[in-house]
Amino acid sequence: MSKKPTAKKQEVHTTGHEWDGIEEYNNPLPRWWLWTFYATVIWGVLYTVAYPAWPLINGATPGLLGHSTRADVAAEIAEYAKANEPIEAKLVAADLTAINTDEELANYTANAGRAVFGTWCAQCHGAGAGGNVGYPNLLDNDWLWGGSIEDIHLTVTHGIRNTDDADARYSEMPAFGRDELLESAQIEQVVQYVRQISGQDHDAAAATEGAVVFVDNCASCHMEDGTGDRMQGAPNLTDAIWLYGGDVDTLTETVTNARFGVMPNWNTRLSEAEIRAVAAYVHSLGGGE
Amino acid sequence: MSATEPSEPAPLYAAREPVFPRRVKGNFRNLKWILMAVMLGIYYITPWIRWDRGAALPDQAVLIDLANRRFFFFMIEIWPHEFYFVAGLLIMAGLGLFLFTSAMGRVWCGYACPQTVWTDLFILVERWVEGDRNARIRLLRQNWNFEKWRKRLTKWVLWLLIGAATGGAWVFYFTDAPTLLRDLFHGAASPIAYTTIAVMTATTFVFGGFAREQICIYACPWPRIQAAMMDEDTITIAYREWRGEPRGKLKRGEHDPTQGDCIDCMACFNVCPMGIDIRDGQQMECITCGLCIDACNEVMDKIGKPRGLISYIALKDETRERAGKKPVNVWKHILRPRTLLYFTLWGGIGVALIVALFMRSPIDFNITPARDPLYVQLADGGIRNIYTLRLRNKQGEPTEFRITLTSDDAEAASGLRISLEGQQANTVVVPPDETLTQRLYIEAPAGTKMATEDRTALRLWVEDMNSTDRVSEDTVFNGKAN
Repeated sequence: MSKKPTAKKQEVHTTGHEWDGIEEYNNPLPRWWLWTFYATVIWGVLYTVAYPAWPLINGATPGLLGHSTRADVAAEIAEYAKANEPIEAKLVAADLTAINTDEELANYTANAGRAVFGTWCAQCHGAGAGGNVGYPNLLDNDWLWGGSIEDIHLTVTHGIRNTDDADARYSEMPAFGRDELLESAQIEQVVQYVRQISGQDHDAAAATEGAVVFVDNCASCHMEDGTGDRMQGAPNLTDAIWLYGGDVDTLTETVTNARFGVMPNWNTRLSEAEIRAVAAYVHSLGGGE
Repeated sequence: MSATEPSEPAPLYAAREPVFPRRVKGNFRNLKWILMAVMLGIYYITPWIRWDRGAALPDQAVLIDLANRRFFFFMIEIWPHEFYFVAGLLIMAGLGLFLFTSAMGRVWCGYACPQTVWTDLFILVERWVEGDRNARIRLLRQNWNFEKWRKRLTKWVLWLLIGAATGGAWVFYFTDAPTLLRDLFHGAASPIAYTTIAVMTATTFVFGGFAREQICIYACPWPRIQAAMMDEDTITIAYREWRGEPRGKLKRGEHDPTQGDCIDCMACFNVCPMGIDIRDGQQMECITCGLCIDACNEVMDKIGKPRGLISYIALKDETRERAGKKPVNVWKHILRPRTLLYFTLWGGIGVALIVALFMRSPIDFNITPARDPLYVQLADGGIRNIYTLRLRNKQGEPTEFRITLTSDDAEAASGLRISLEGQQANTVVVPPDETLTQRLYIEAPAGTKMATEDRTALRLWVEDMNSTDRVSEDTVFNGKAN
């Protein structure tokens, strides 16, 4: 509208700014707003007294209320740990094979086990438990030391080939080449034989020779038919799964220098409930026996 | 004012000028009473409407179930993953405001805004306890004697009761209303409920009783945004200055032909809840509530002059009237490209939401292929893919679902095998009103092209074993070449 404000009780002030004929009023702030501003200033000062605020050389002033987010987190963790005590007691008391059939325990281990796995196991076995070269895939149906829940529980508790736990699973493959137990020609032959029994391309003549080498040197652990022995953690050489690789170069390297995969014992770092939770979790990833 | 600098520097802050709206009668006042009754009625009654949904679900017609992240609105139930409905409704609300503002200016502010409605209610209480405008001005100037204390305290208690009822009704939208009402009086309701009521009581008391027009002037962003939506066709309130000026007191027995229709009775100013004089022209403070129109019409009737010295009018008509032309038909103001565009957008989203609502599938599920690892090599040479299946049972009883797969590729359709972790068959029972997360495996036998090739497209079906409703989602099987 074209009409300009008429003066009522006081003059309407402008800032003197003008754009295209539009002037900017300079209306006073409401007085209560000013009070609100002072109140926030006082509040702000009191806040720095009540809560940690002013930086000192070693940290900050603790504040009169003694508030600490770190302590809050610790208290919250303790609260949850306490809330989990009954179910953890039940888990530790339960028969291992009964965990996955008890709905409450299965639900708890699915979540707690995932958390333990993500914290302690994923570094080697992968976040999705898909493994890596030298670190077994826990999703498949092939197990070096057994895939029942008892076997998995034992492996997690004591580990494999570590020097910290006398009960660790242990076996050692000889370094057939390095220690000159086999000639390099024999190694070539036995590699061809292993490729034959695992259904891969191979040199038939060399494989025939290799079969003899295999019976003499390998069958005591990997069995005569090459299906391996879980008591010794000797891999099944006839299936499609390879821990280090099933190609000629990798197999030659394995036979020549052997392999010595190590897993820590977790009984000193995790509680029995955590070990059971992660064992049940791994058992439920698709390969459990 | 002119652009020249005033002689005195402007004060940085000033006390609020108290406003004492006088009682007024008229069409717009009646409309406001009716709208207030309707809107407060809806606000207070809605949480008490019941709607039977079966045993497992709440029977409150409108319920925002924050704990279970569910929104119930009569026959409609919205789950968190359907939040786009809420987003759609909010967009519609926004466009609706645009539409009304571009057509009718600050009609929301004047009639429907809670701040306006509750302030109106508070002023009604104020007038009832302390009397009309002049009595209230007198009371303000009066010393704090018994009468002033009595009237002030009565008013404040009534305001607090209204405030408590406002917050009290609000919390009923979030939990079962009859249970909560009982708990509230037994002291058994949650601290959140009490805190919410306390906060809303305080804000209602302060905003409606004391802050009033200052909320609109200083706190609310909406009046600033509205300015961008108004143009010369927007209907606003104006004083017909070309008819009213020069204003002057009406003197008995005298007739000055040069005098305008305005008799400077200040009725329009005295009834204004915003404390402005509409004769000063369009102002930021004006919420276009129409009360000054009622007040002025009353006076015009008394002095025998035509109504409409102050009225709803568009800027374009003002220009026409000043030039002596007839005003444009009101529909020509309202129906213009801008409002039609807003209406089209608003209606389009509304239709889309309704269509989406009726096309919601009866079964909700999604399937996520594992990314780490993409596939698992099995001992016999087969390839397994792992999927996470999330399946929602929206029904009130446990429901069994069967999972099957199809593929356009005949070899894949017959070769791929489904299995479910921990389940004997390819069926799974989901408890009522829950979402189940299930590991699902699909295996391709050794040597098949699904196992050796890159990707095979497939379609997973979930079938409700009771109703035989079924829905599907497309996914892929990753082979070794991937």
